[in-house]
Amino acid sequence: MKNQTKNKNLKTLVTGFLKAGLALILVAFSLILPSAAQKKMIQIKGSDTMVNLVQILAEEYMAKKPGTAIAVLGGGSGTGITALINGTCDLANHSREWKTKELDLAYEKGVKPRIFAIAIDALSIVVNEKNPVNTLTMAQVGSIFCGEIKNWKVLGGADQKISLYGRQSNSGTYSFLQEHVLNNKNYSPEVKEMNGNAQIIEAIIQDQAGIGYVGVGYLFDQNGQLRKGIKVLKIKKDEASPEYSPLDKEAVYSARYPISRPLYQSTNGKPSAAVADFIRFELSPEGQAIVEKEGFFRIGKELQAENEKNLK
Amino acid sequence: MASVKKKGLISDLKERLIQHLFEMSGWLALVVLLGIFALLLTTAIPAFKEINLKEFFTSSRWDPTSPEKPEYGILSMVVSTMLVTAGALAIAFPLGLGVAAYLSDVASHKVREIVKPVVELLAAIPSVVVGFIGLTLVGPLIARIFKLSNGLNALNGSLLLAIMALPTVISISEDSLQAVPQAYVEASLALGANRWQTLVRVKIPAAISGIAASFMLGLGRAIGETMTVLMATGNARSFPHGFLDSVRTLSANIAIELGEVPYYTTHYYALFALGLILFVMTFVINLTADLILEKQKRKLQ
Repeated sequence: MKNQTKNKNLKTLVTGFLKAGLALILVAFSLILPSAAQKKMIQIKGSDTMVNLVQILAEEYMAKKPGTAIAVLGGGSGTGITALINGTCDLANHSREWKTKELDLAYEKGVKPRIFAIAIDALSIVVNEKNPVNTLTMAQVGSIFCGEIKNWKVLGGADQKISLYGRQSNSGTYSFLQEHVLNNKNYSPEVKEMNGNAQIIEAIIQDQAGIGYVGVGYLFDQNGQLRKGIKVLKIKKDEASPEYSPLDKEAVYSARYPISRPLYQSTNGKPSAAVADFIRFELSPEGQAIVEKEGFFRIGKELQAENEKNLK
Repeated sequence: MASVKKKGLISDLKERLIQHLFEMSGWLALVVLLGIFALLLTTAIPAFKEINLKEFFTSSRWDPTSPEKPEYGILSMVVSTMLVTAGALAIAFPLGLGVAAYLSDVASHKVREIVKPVVELLAAIPSVVVGFIGLTLVGPLIARIFKLSNGLNALNGSLLLAIMALPTVISISEDSLQAVPQAYVEASLALGANRWQTLVRVKIPAAISGIAASFMLGLGRAIGETMTVLMATGNARSFPHGFLDSVRTLSANIAIELGEVPYYTTHYYALFALGLILFVMTFVINLTADLILEKQKRKLQ
C-alpha cells in the first residue's frame, strides 16, 4: 500500500515534469518560429575598419526592406574570415585579401569564397597637430614602424623619441601596412597596440611625439569635420615622386595616393537571394553615396564589373 | 490520516531531491575546474611540437604572425604581468590595510555603515569602464607628471588594478580585524597600551593570516584582469625596463590574439599554453590564500 502511493507520487511528479518541459518547449518554439519565418537574418562579421560603414549601410537597407534583419559585428578581418570558414556568419568583412593559409583551410572545409569589393579605403598616417613634419616617404613610414628611425629629429621634427601606435595583429590595417609599407618586415616591439582606430586617434591627440595609422573614415567626426588635434601626413611613393594626401579624393580614385586598398566582403559560394540583394544595395549609386559620406571612396568600374560577375 | 502521510512523503521526496541537487552543484564546480584544466593542458601540449621549450620560457620576443620568422617567447609578457601586478599590490595593500584598520577601529558606526558599502561598490565598476578612465584620465595625468609623451605604461595599469583590488583587500582585512576576539583588545588596553599600540601589536598580528589572504586574493584579482590593462598599458611587446614602459600582460595578449588566430595552428596552441601558465599562477595564489584563511579560522576557534 505504502509502496503504491510512493509510486503514484513519483509518477505524478515525473509526468508533471514532462508536461512542464513540453509546455516550455512549445512556448519557446512559438516564440522563435514565427520570427524566424518572417525575418531573413544576415550575420556580418569582420574588419573593424568597415564595421561603422557596413552598420550604416545595413541600417539604410533595413529601413527600406523591413523583412531583413542584419547584424554587423567587428573583431578584425581575420575574425571575419575565420567565422566565414567556420560557418558562423553569412558575410565576412575584410580590409585585406585572403591569406593563402586561410584559402587552403576554406577549401579543405568545402567553403568556396566569393569576394566583393565594396569601397576603397586609404590608410592615413597621422601625427599630433603640433608636430612640424608634414610629408613622409613610404620608406620612411616603413622604417619608423620597423623601429629603425627612432627620433623625430631625423625627419625634421623636434628632438623627441617617436612614440608608435598601431593596431593589433588581428586587424586588416595591421597586415596591410606590414605588407605594403614595411615590405613584410617585423613591426618594432615598441609599437603600442590599440584596441581600434578610435583609440589610436585619441592617443595621437594627446601624444605630441605620436604617430599612428588609421582608415580615412576615422579622421572625421560625426559632422564630417576633420578631427581636431591631429595632422594627416602627405605621403610620397619615393623621394622623387610628388606628395599626396589621403584627403585628396582625386588622388585616391586614381591610385596616386600610395597607401590605399579595397575593402571587401566575402560569401561562401554564390550568395543567397537575401545576401545578394544586400550586396547589390551596397554597390548601387545609393550605397556608394553612403560609402563616400562615411569618408571612404567609391569603387571604380573594373572592380564593379568583377562584383557583378561574382553575384551571378 | 492518509493525507498527512501523503504530505509527509512528498516533502520527504522534495527534501531528498533538493539535497541531491545541492550535492551535484558542489561536484559540478570541481568537475568544471578539472575540465578547464584538462582542456588547457591538452590544447597547450601540441604547441611544443614546434616551439622549443627553452625558447618559450627564456626568449622575450613574441611575434607569431611575423612574415620573417614566427617567434614565441613569453618572458617579457610574464615579467610585464608580474610588474603590473606587483605595482598594483604595492599601492593597494598599504592603502587597503589603512582603510580596513580605520573602518574597524577608528570610524564611528555611522561612517562605517556608509564607507563599507561604497568600497564594495567599487568592485562593481566594470573593468572596461576602469580601462577607459585609464585611457582618458590617468594616462594623460601620468604623462604630465613624469614629462612623458604619453601615459600608456605599466604604472597606469598598476594604478587602475590597485583601484580594482582595493575592495577585496579592504573587505577581507576588515572582516579579519573584526574577527579578533574582543578579549584580546580589552586585555591589551587593560595593560596600559593605547589604541594605536593595540592595533599594531595585538590586532594586526592576530589577524595577520586574514590580512595575508586579502593580499593574495587581491593579487589573484589583479593578475588575471584583462580589459583594464589591455586598454591602459599600451600593449607594446618589448621587454619592460621600468614602470614607465609600455607593457603587454599575458591576459591582454590572449585577448588580443585569440579572436583572430586560425584554429589548430601552433599559434593557437601557444595561446592556450599562455592560458595554462596564467591559470597555474592564479590557482597557486588562490590556493595559498585559502590555506591561510583556513589557518586563521582554526586559530581563532
